[in-house]
Amino acid sequence: MGNGTGIGRVRGLGSAKHGSKHWIDQRLTAIGNLLLTSWLVFSVLVLPNFEHETVAAWLAQPSAAVPMILMLVSIFWHVRLGLQVLIEDYVHEDGNKFAALTILNFYVIGAAAFGIFMVAKHAFTGAPV
Amino acid sequence: MAKNPNRPLSPHLGVYKWGPHMAISIFHRATAFVLATAGMLTLLWWLYSIATGTEAYALFQSYVVSAGPEATAWQIVANWFFRLVGLGVTWSFFQHAFSGIRHLLMDMGAGYELTTNKTWSLLVFIAALTATGITALLIASRYMGN
Repeated sequence: MGNGTGIGRVRGLGSAKHGSKHWIDQRLTAIGNLLLTSWLVFSVLVLPNFEHETVAAWLAQPSAAVPMILMLVSIFWHVRLGLQVLIEDYVHEDGNKFAALTILNFYVIGAAAFGIFMVAKHAFTGAPV
Repeated sequence: MAKNPNRPLSPHLGVYKWGPHMAISIFHRATAFVLATAGMLTLLWWLYSIATGTEAYALFQSYVVSAGPEATAWQIVANWFFRLVGLGVTWSFFQHAFSGIRHLLMDMGAGYELTTNKTWSLLVFIAALTATGITALLIASRYMGN
């Protein structure tokens, strides 16, 4: 251990103790997904019908809009972690791996933002006619 | 990066006898990919159509649920395409969810004995197919007539 560069000071000290965060986050979001997708399935099943009026009124309520937004966050976070591992396992060429991980990040963040915006707009502005 | 092609490789897929525990592992990944793409895009389309209005919602329904009695041949084909995608997504959902529960249990240290592991793997496949079948029958009984 020298007093030199940053990398020189940490080299040989073992992991930075961040490796388990990815793993734990995947499990936490998995539990979130189980709870929130169960909520979605049962909430949709108990709707009296699937006319637009009924579904729109249901989604405009805070009791539906908030868990829906949480579900989008939990799922897309889980997707990011899971597909990251999938890409790292199968794409070995550095350039392709970088490109695949970039596309993955753009996709999950873009898609989550779109979904959250749609639910929020719907809940804030009321059911459209 | 210079790679030496003569380096020894560890034994891989080809040398193992296939079993349910191996099948469930690759199905977990495959279904994850289906859910992350087809599943989530359909969910977002549904949310968009609800938030946008009756016309957008009717369009979503005509593709994904039922093309209706006055549908053209093309609309019926498109509807059946999305119905099959929906069936695939539904099965992927149950397969990935049940397989995920198995993973959470194994994370706690349970289910590593050979017979237990094999039984759980088979149970996940059976449960996912059963749940998909029940869901498909429920939906079909409600919409197939239209």
